[in-house]
Amino acid sequence: MDAIPILKLDDVLLLSIQVDLSDQTAIAMQDALAERITATGARGVVIDITALEIVDSFIGRILATTASVSRLLDADTVVVGMRPAVAITLVELGLSLGEVRTALNLEKGLALLRRAWAAGAEDSRSIAPTLHAPESR
Amino acid sequence: MSQTHSPQGLVPVLAGDPEGIVDEWTAIVADSLRGRVSRAEVRSELADLYRALRAGLDDAVDTASFGELRALLSELSRARAIQGFSPRETAVSVFALKQVVSRRIGDDLPLSGFLEFSELIDDLGLQTFEAYSQAREQIIAEQAEQLLELSTPVVRLWDGIIAVPLVGTLDSARAQTVMEQLLEALTTYDADYAIIDITGVPAVDTQVAQHLLKTVMAARLMGAEAIISGIRPQIAQTIVALGIEFGDIATKASLADALSLALRRQDAARAASGA
Repeated sequence: MDAIPILKLDDVLLLSIQVDLSDQTAIAMQDALAERITATGARGVVIDITALEIVDSFIGRILATTASVSRLLDADTVVVGMRPAVAITLVELGLSLGEVRTALNLEKGLALLRRAWAAGAEDSRSIAPTLHAPESR
Repeated sequence: MSQTHSPQGLVPVLAGDPEGIVDEWTAIVADSLRGRVSRAEVRSELADLYRALRAGLDDAVDTASFGELRALLSELSRARAIQGFSPRETAVSVFALKQVVSRRIGDDLPLSGFLEFSELIDDLGLQTFEAYSQAREQIIAEQAEQLLELSTPVVRLWDGIIAVPLVGTLDSARAQTVMEQLLEALTTYDADYAIIDITGVPAVDTQVAQHLLKTVMAARLMGAEAIISGIRPQIAQTIVALGIEFGDIATKASLADALSLALRRQDAARAASGA
């Protein structure tokens, strides 16, 4: 079984899915990610699915639950690089990814996280360290 | 079609005055085409047909099939269909021969001979029509395909903003193409905003709305935002009357409004990320 590598970039965890996800791999990924978030105190998770060509309802749900789990552990999840065919499939299956944020590519995904943190820091005056502290605004 | 025709009794009539028959035949056909094909061209086409007919009648073994004649006729009918002639104008090329020959028949020919000849001509006429409608259908199919390709251009309006101006009726096949092309363009142009402009869509029903909603959802899943623009007053009323919910999807009256909304949101996003 292929394990999905989890890379740490400052306080963001990066998962790059390079193989077609089997159900077991997906569940293992979810478990490993939860472990890593608590271990590292990461505040953001980026799941890169650029290479993912096939999705089914199970994988769609895994993505949604992974986001919910991360949310509980105080990390925002962004799914990036979804292919058109994958997006169409998910819509046809009637799956919305719930509270998962999405971005076109990794770069935009990271920018989205920073934006969310900036807005969050203003709202709640969070004392947690941020990747890019919002100096302006 | 498999009927055996042996109008051998007419061979002398046909052989008697080939030039004269072709001339008369040409006159009738050229009149019906009203100058859209030159007389010389018609004459050469009909002379070919006439030669093939004679050859078919002379060939005792193969009289029933008239292979060469049929091939020529199919070719001619197809050409007429492509040039946009009506079925009547096409069929007259064959039936006029009957008229010409009937004038030349003397009393010496038994009625059965002419009836057989008439049957042959009818059969050829049917074949003409079949070839004609086949060519027409082919043209229609090709045009439908071209329309599908032509009618869904995705244009880049601004850095990170793309638009699809939809023109014409949206059916399932077109909606699918639009969805695919729009999503592909999102990745190609690296666009965060997609504007679907439905100014040119004459009517919106529940099915069309469903397709639009799916496209917007799919774009969202990919991390882009879709804005629907160009909803005319009439269509807005229909949408409300049908009870279609667009939910939190941004809709704007004109493409200009949609573009300005996209630009504003883009600016806000840039400012927020400190870029």
